[in-house]
Amino acid sequence: MSVDKDTVKKIARLARLDVPEERQEQIAGELRAILSWIEELGEVDTANVEPLASVTGHSLPLRADKVTDGNKVDDILANAPEQASGFFVVPKVVE
Amino acid sequence: MSNLVSGQTGDWEVVIGMEVHAQVTSQAKLFSGSSTTFGAGPNENVSLVDAAMPGMLPVINEACVRQAVKTGLGLKADINLYSVFDRKNYFYADLPQGYQISQFKHPIVGEGVLTIELADGSAHDIGIERIHLEQDAGKSLHDQHPSKSYIDLNRSGVALMEIVSRPDLRSAEQAGAYIKKLRSILRYLGTCDGNMEEGSLRADVNVSVRRPGDELGTRTETKNLNSVRFIMQAIDYEVERQIEVIEAGGTIDQETRLFDTSTGATRQMRSKEDAHDYRYFPDPDLLPLQLTAAFVDEIKAELPELPDDIKTRMVSEYGLSSYDASVLTEERETASFYEEASKGRDRKLVANWMTSELFGALNKAGKTLANSPVSPDALGALVDLISDGTISGRIAKDVFAEMFETGSPAADIIEEKGLKQVSDSRAIEGLIEQVMAENQDKVDEYRSGKDKLFGFFVGQTMKLSGGQANPAMVNQLLKEKLK
Amino acid sequence: MDSYLELTATQARAALQNKEISATELTNAYLTAATATEALNNYVCMTAEKALEMAAASDKRIADGTAGPLEGLPVGVKDLFCTKGVATTACSAILKGFVPEYESSVTSQLWSDGAVMLGKLNCDEFAMGSANETSVFGAAVNPWSAQGGADLAAGGSSGGSASAVAAGSALLATGTDTGGSIRQPAAFCGVVGMKPTYGRCSRWGIVAFASSLDQAGPFTRDVADSALMFASMAGHDAKDSTSADASLPDLQAALHASVKGMKIGIPAEYVMDSMDEAITKLWQQGQDWLVEAGAELVPISLPHTRYALPAYYIIAPAEASSNLARYDGVRYGARIEAGHSLDDMYEATRAAGFGDEVQRRIMIGTYALSAGYYDAYYLKAQQVRRLIKDDFDKAFEGVDAILTPATPTAAFPLGVKQDDPITMYLNDVFTVPANLAGIPGISVPAGFSDCGLPLGLQVLSGAFREDTLYTVAACLEKQAGFSGQPPRHAAMMN
Ligand SMILES: [Mg+2]
Ligand SMILES: [Zn+2]
Repeated sequence: MSVDKDTVKKIARLARLDVPEERQEQIAGELRAILSWIEELGEVDTANVEPLASVTGHSLPLRADKVTDGNKVDDILANAPEQASGFFVVPKVVE
Repeated sequence: MSNLVSGQTGDWEVVIGMEVHAQVTSQAKLFSGSSTTFGAGPNENVSLVDAAMPGMLPVINEACVRQAVKTGLGLKADINLYSVFDRKNYFYADLPQGYQISQFKHPIVGEGVLTIELADGSAHDIGIERIHLEQDAGKSLHDQHPSKSYIDLNRSGVALMEIVSRPDLRSAEQAGAYIKKLRSILRYLGTCDGNMEEGSLRADVNVSVRRPGDELGTRTETKNLNSVRFIMQAIDYEVERQIEVIEAGGTIDQETRLFDTSTGATRQMRSKEDAHDYRYFPDPDLLPLQLTAAFVDEIKAELPELPDDIKTRMVSEYGLSSYDASVLTEERETASFYEEASKGRDRKLVANWMTSELFGALNKAGKTLANSPVSPDALGALVDLISDGTISGRIAKDVFAEMFETGSPAADIIEEKGLKQVSDSRAIEGLIEQVMAENQDKVDEYRSGKDKLFGFFVGQTMKLSGGQANPAMVNQLLKEKLK
Repeated sequence: MDSYLELTATQARAALQNKEISATELTNAYLTAATATEALNNYVCMTAEKALEMAAASDKRIADGTAGPLEGLPVGVKDLFCTKGVATTACSAILKGFVPEYESSVTSQLWSDGAVMLGKLNCDEFAMGSANETSVFGAAVNPWSAQGGADLAAGGSSGGSASAVAAGSALLATGTDTGGSIRQPAAFCGVVGMKPTYGRCSRWGIVAFASSLDQAGPFTRDVADSALMFASMAGHDAKDSTSADASLPDLQAALHASVKGMKIGIPAEYVMDSMDEAITKLWQQGQDWLVEAGAELVPISLPHTRYALPAYYIIAPAEASSNLARYDGVRYGARIEAGHSLDDMYEATRAAGFGDEVQRRIMIGTYALSAGYYDAYYLKAQQVRRLIKDDFDKAFEGVDAILTPATPTAAFPLGVKQDDPITMYLNDVFTVPANLAGIPGISVPAGFSDCGLPLGLQVLSGAFREDTLYTVAACLEKQAGFSGQPPRHAAMMN
């Protein structure tokens, strides 16, 4: 594994972060340092160890099929940077 | 029947798999309490959860879980008692969380099967790979403003079942039959309303071509097709396009394509997406969904009889043709109409009347069974009057037309118009004698061996009776008199 | 008025009930204190008007005899909790101007129990940091300081909460703890900070950092106050699927129970080279205190301890990279218009809206989850997490509680560790394991460093055994007799 400028570009794109060209090398270095520290995990024998996603012992609680929410357009749009006639507005999306 | 398509350089086999997104029938959304109703004003059916406000958390709707299990059972699929909700991460304007909650490694439903039947009578088992529950996205409107898109989150968070087939389909016709059959089963189950215009049922179609016997070719995925016709058009277009590309020495790119409903063509998405990397991982806001066998059994017990079973019963018990049985079981409403109308009667006769007269009239009037002016009981009563000889089949057609027009019962119409069938042998003998007297020359010809004229005498007698004479009796008595 | 600031919550509650003081007077004292200690930068937003309205309502309820368990007690709220009608920013530029139309479940419970909201407290941006230095509002400052020294870190991420409670500008404060964000700043500032069992406090309405680790908890002056506030914050919430439907043990009884006969685990793996001498001594001292009080020490092993931090630095950023995807400039917060496309807008907004540390963690998390790396990083970290939890499960078969230092060092000067992320991450070495295992932990101020800075001891107990936690913590508190006001306490500012 080696994180280089291209990796940084690719990851930044996936994460929708605009990382300027001149910072990419530096960030690659930081990520390399952190990741090589994290690679200590490789020392642990995890064969046949079930991954633990949640410590919560109970199973997923189910809720009843009832309409209990909605009809609050004002609340939904209250913080919108741009809105028009009840819609959120964004720069045009090209499909 | 061969499904091969011939190109310039030889035959090609078409391989199709479908991912169908079916909106789960429920009052509220999958992870929030806002409504799923269609046609609300912009952002009216939106909760803080659906808009992904900071700190909002998902809580799953039990009814949606039940519907997915029910659908699985209806497709004879394995129900997974342990399933996990994952986050599928990507950015899009109508995806407020920046991820879709879906199921990746552990879907709620495993392998099943769906049997399709084609016009040539052949049946094909199409494998179902899996069904998983996931959230729908919102909707972007691109035509409201020259440089802006408008976002409506009403659909955001609505429960979908993604029903993934195996690549077992071999033609557009099969794909069409598959989606129709799937829609029918979902509607029988009541787990999806199947309304394709409103987007309740959409298909992503994966198409590839290969030389018969070869490995699978590279597939393209045409997304979000919302009618049977579009699905078939898109497949035909893709097949032709792919064969052309390959035969010209090119290769097919694995890509997502869009279908243009006005031209019937597919095209590459303009926003050439980054290589998909959805970074699925278990949603830490949710826990694994653990169902009990008792929960599944309870749903199994509620399962309605499904079209294939009803059809089998109609053929074996009622003696219907496979074709009629298919037509009568396509919709749950049709089957129950038929069952009700034919109960305790001549099953075949009722089937004939439904498939020809009733469907014809409904079609012409632009109506459906749901608002049919002739009820199952009324149709049954009409068939009874044919069976017991009160009216002839021919008269019955007129009576039916009147019933459809006015909604009056058959008996009333027959009474009012005096259409009762004449089964009085003396009266019929009188008619026959009159016909014979008026056509002495033909009588002579018949008696001298021109048997073909028998039909003429039947016709004349029936005509004289105004169609009301019992045709069987006319036949029998004519034979005696003409001897 | 300064005498008001000397009262613990338990004392203030009694004084309010006996009508020796009014909620309005108490609130005014704290509002004044907060203004006087402005230089500590622990509040990012004061809600004085709201506080006085709430206090007046409290006075009315006290008069009516309908007072709640926290009636009239002034509380500061970490700016990670959504508060209806009050700006909530997670101390990030990307949430600039965001005013929620809803109130978090935890703060709702505080208000319905009668607490008075003073304002929003500083923290690391999206709770990512250990010194409160990543806040868009600048660092909260520790009211303690070395003689004539530079400003010290209040710790993080809940630095504002720790600083305010220590400085007398909030009687109580809420915090959240993902890897030590309550316990570490509590130790740095000489107050009590408790992280409950995962699932005890609803996460609904709290800006998420890492969902499987985040847990809200109280900052208080003493252990009794901690139990009082925790009882109000905790409770099952149907709006949070991970919320536990488990009843609370009798905490009042626990505060007065004896540790006699209790087995206290001392984990071998918590001895670290980088630890301050004073911390090693204090840890030993803590063990002696417990023995004196009748507890039995049991050497235990938590063999995977050293892998907790690296596992945490995969799991937390991975979850965060996804949790923070919603900050995209579409529905709330800041938007930077750039280029022409939606993607240009996303990239510009997120690059400008998130600070360096947040971006760093988003990048690590995105990388760890990306195709080809998932198994090596994320899955591996989850497997190690299982082993860490197993270590604790095994340990708690033989002991009632575990005693460790809270932090490897005392508070450090602001600005020094900023350049090296890993050095900064090591601050949480003693606290992170509890988050991975989901067990409760409490940091109790128990002594001083050579330069007179507070040091904390950490007690850990089994899941849902906050009663044991409080019994041991109360014993340590009593034995330690920690006292003394920080030099920059509000009472000194007049
Ligand atoms: Mg698809
Ligand atoms: Zn899907």
